[in-house]
Amino acid sequence: MIALRGLTKEFPGGVRALDGLDLEIADGEFFALLGPSGCGKTTLLRTIAGLETPTSGNIWIGGTEVTSVPPGKRDVAMVFQDYALFPHMDVTANVAYPLRIRKVPRARREARAAETASRLSLSELLARRPAQLSGGQQQRVALARAVACHPRAFLFDEPLSNLDARLRLEARTFLKRLQRELAVTTVFVTHDQGEALALTDRIAVMSAGRFTQVGTPTEVFQRPANTFTAAFIGSTPMNLLPGTAGDGALRVAGAVLPLPGGVPDGPIVYGVRPEYMDLSLTPRADAFAGKVAVVENLGTAHLVTLESGEHLIQTVVPEGAEPSPGTAAWAVPRPGRALVYRDDRLVSPCPANGANR
Amino acid sequence: MDDLIKYAPDLLAGFLENVKLSLICGALALVLGTVLVAARVAPTPVLRAAGTLYVNVVRNTPLTLVLAFSSLGLSDTIGLTFSETPSTNSFWLVVFGLSAYTATFVCEALRAGINTVPLGQAEAARAIGLTFLQSLRLIILPQAFRTVVAPLGSVMIAMIKNTTVAIAGGYLMESAFRMRDTFDDTGVSIPIFLGLVVAFMAVTLPVGFVTSRLASKLAVAR
Repeated sequence: MIALRGLTKEFPGGVRALDGLDLEIADGEFFALLGPSGCGKTTLLRTIAGLETPTSGNIWIGGTEVTSVPPGKRDVAMVFQDYALFPHMDVTANVAYPLRIRKVPRARREARAAETASRLSLSELLARRPAQLSGGQQQRVALARAVACHPRAFLFDEPLSNLDARLRLEARTFLKRLQRELAVTTVFVTHDQGEALALTDRIAVMSAGRFTQVGTPTEVFQRPANTFTAAFIGSTPMNLLPGTAGDGALRVAGAVLPLPGGVPDGPIVYGVRPEYMDLSLTPRADAFAGKVAVVENLGTAHLVTLESGEHLIQTVVPEGAEPSPGTAAWAVPRPGRALVYRDDRLVSPCPANGANR
Repeated sequence: MDDLIKYAPDLLAGFLENVKLSLICGALALVLGTVLVAARVAPTPVLRAAGTLYVNVVRNTPLTLVLAFSSLGLSDTIGLTFSETPSTNSFWLVVFGLSAYTATFVCEALRAGINTVPLGQAEAARAIGLTFLQSLRLIILPQAFRTVVAPLGSVMIAMIKNTTVAIAGGYLMESAFRMRDTFDDTGVSIPIFLGLVVAFMAVTLPVGFVTSRLASKLAVAR
């Protein structure tokens, strides 16, 4: 288990990279730190690893306080974004190196390196140097170096982001299977919401050194606790439109929409994902009217952007049903899919319990 | 030509002193330069400052002054003696001065090499539990050395040629001083000049050749 209490990191110059973070990551959990560049996710990972010292607050790993323990003694293994393989050593030496530092006898560590390498399909490559490996192979060597230590936790700093798109998908599946098999607590830093949703048991969405939401992928996707999380999660950007609640209805961008339970009268922000709207070519009152401005081909579907007054509204239509640009169209939100925010907090549907921190 | 043949044994004996100085100073300068560069990249500010001060002072002082300081300052005034025999003593004083001087160039060449090693390497080393010295010795320097083999070769060539100013440290056995000594008897002799040039080239050219071959062979592919 990894626990953080009031963890704060202030860099010289006053930048608060981490701002009083509290978190518990369960044993064996696959946990993502997700956020845009500069949100503090990598700093948090490096602080857990011991490469950064927190300004205040504490860190526990496996029940032991490690706040001032040096990185090598925390029993965690880090995989770096650029892998940081040692170029002057072959694959065996790279994988076995952490064991050598721990004074594991040569025969044992080479056996463990070979065993780990075969698990990661690297057996053929043991005598090669990193420069003689492809990107995907280097990435697996970096993983093997971490796995061979049998650490209490893995810390992954965007390990997939240097791979090309196709390889990244394969590596993602591979990584998830590996983590399931090893059942080692894993903290995974990524800026790719798709990776976080696909891989992990729980996600902490970060912005400006704080968690905007901590929850399962389902919670974070279906009930984003605030508009930041709502806008960040999802492969297409969520429509977030200002409106008002009153007289038993929501009035948003010219549409009159049913008022979900629990929303008091007043100004709101209405959120709906493009995937959860249908396009109608005939006028409807419960829809956003607009003119088709852009049609983007997503392969199995099309992303249609409507110009509706000052707002842009996006909706996804199935292949074959795409309208031509310039035509009038109405985007109809599907019932029960709307998210209603007031003062940047989710009011409908009821926020997931404890998801909002 | 007759002069060259006549004085060849004497000059050769002198030249062997240059070779001896080169071998010893080369080894010492590499060791001391490595220690210096470790200080210059150390996490302790005091060590870094000390390393920087040493390099800036010694590297910017003319070699003749460094050698003169070794013999006149350190030995005659302060009393640092390596041997009771004057010529052996001045040999080691020259070794001392020339190594101390060349080490600053080794240090700066190595530091350039260290700067080519990505920061992630040091981080990865720290993450798996290496101390600063361990990561320097096992991860950083092996890579740094390989990238600066050729510049280190140039440093060594310069040092070999610098053995000819050993007179500044009071050492009279090496070939350049022998040559001038010879000229007192023979008058200036072009063949002797050329003979000595050839002798030096016979040593420095292979150093340059071998180091540039090594450089491409050892280059760290990333």
